[in-house]
Amino acid sequence: MAPAVPKSGDAIFASVDRVNSELFTLTYGAIVRQLITDLEEVEEVNKQLDQMGYNIGVRLVDEFLAKSNVSRCVDFRETAEVIAKVGFKMFLGVTASVTNWDAEGTTCSLILEDNPLVDFVELPDTCQGLYYCNILSGVVRGALEMVSMKTEVTWLRDMLKGDDVFELQVKLLKQVPEEYPYKDDE
Amino acid sequence: MIGVGKIKQYSNVLDKPLGKGKQEVSLSAFAFLFSELVQYNQTQVDNIAELERRLEDAGYAVGARVLELLCHREKGNRRETRLLGILSFIHSTVWKVLFGKVADSLEKGTEHEDEYMISEKELLVNRFISIPKDMGAFNCGAFVAGVVRGVLDNAGFPAVVTAHFVPVDGQQRPRTTILIKFAEEVLQREARLG
Repeated sequence: MAPAVPKSGDAIFASVDRVNSELFTLTYGAIVRQLITDLEEVEEVNKQLDQMGYNIGVRLVDEFLAKSNVSRCVDFRETAEVIAKVGFKMFLGVTASVTNWDAEGTTCSLILEDNPLVDFVELPDTCQGLYYCNILSGVVRGALEMVSMKTEVTWLRDMLKGDDVFELQVKLLKQVPEEYPYKDDE
Repeated sequence: MIGVGKIKQYSNVLDKPLGKGKQEVSLSAFAFLFSELVQYNQTQVDNIAELERRLEDAGYAVGARVLELLCHREKGNRRETRLLGILSFIHSTVWKVLFGKVADSLEKGTEHEDEYMISEKELLVNRFISIPKDMGAFNCGAFVAGVVRGVLDNAGFPAVVTAHFVPVDGQQRPRTTILIKFAEEVLQREARLG
């Protein structure tokens, strides 16, 4: 039997229900604003955004795997490609590109030119240390952890801080073998 | 480390073009984000009223910005001055842009002069949310109520806006009604305008 053909990001995006990205952008802005008012420390806000992203990523990966029909990725390179081309397209409607592979193939950068989270956004002087899109790094980290990859995700370039693209560095720390909770014969 | 001299952005955000507003994200992305908003607020409050208020405040900020954006883009910077005008603006334009369809109905309250109701069979934000029994009458539509309040307040029609579940015969999930109660000055002004 032929394996299910993985669908392209565009095809999946066309088939899911969609909402206006401005509602999404404004809601995210409201969340960040609430966090800044409550927590006041920029570092705390970064951490909280990452945690929220982690919670989302953990659930998002299920939907991703269900809708996209991707087969098991052979190595981290393929994983990164799939995240950039299918994952981002499916949820955010934009594609990312993968660059800057290191020699061992464990670190790469996801480049986002278009980011619906930051439409209409400007960072004020008081919040210069804020990683506004930190929720994305949490999402990637959470999603990969659910498929047994422990990663470290950091922002290298940020358009809100004057760079020309968003660059997210994903570093594979280790691959955790799947542990089955059931012993044999029990 | 961000250098002090680099605080100016690449290009002033006010110079960037607004865009047509046709870009979309997946519904699940929004649903995940909204669920995180609710979960985060749940950790910050002790009771339901506080939670509703925080969701409403979040929505208020969204509403204020939506009004600015839509007035400029859809209506060519014309300002609504009449009550029915702003209500139909919310019911059709705002709802169409935010949720992809016009609201199901707009009604005038029968008991009070200052009450109007916008009803929706299934609010987009409530689609993936289930309320546990012990939270009683809590409605995540408080976020949408906040959006409406933000639009009305910034358009010069101060009002108290709340979201309620209204059970409907023959339907498993109740309908959501956004109840708008205008301030006294709005009605007086409306009467003066004739």
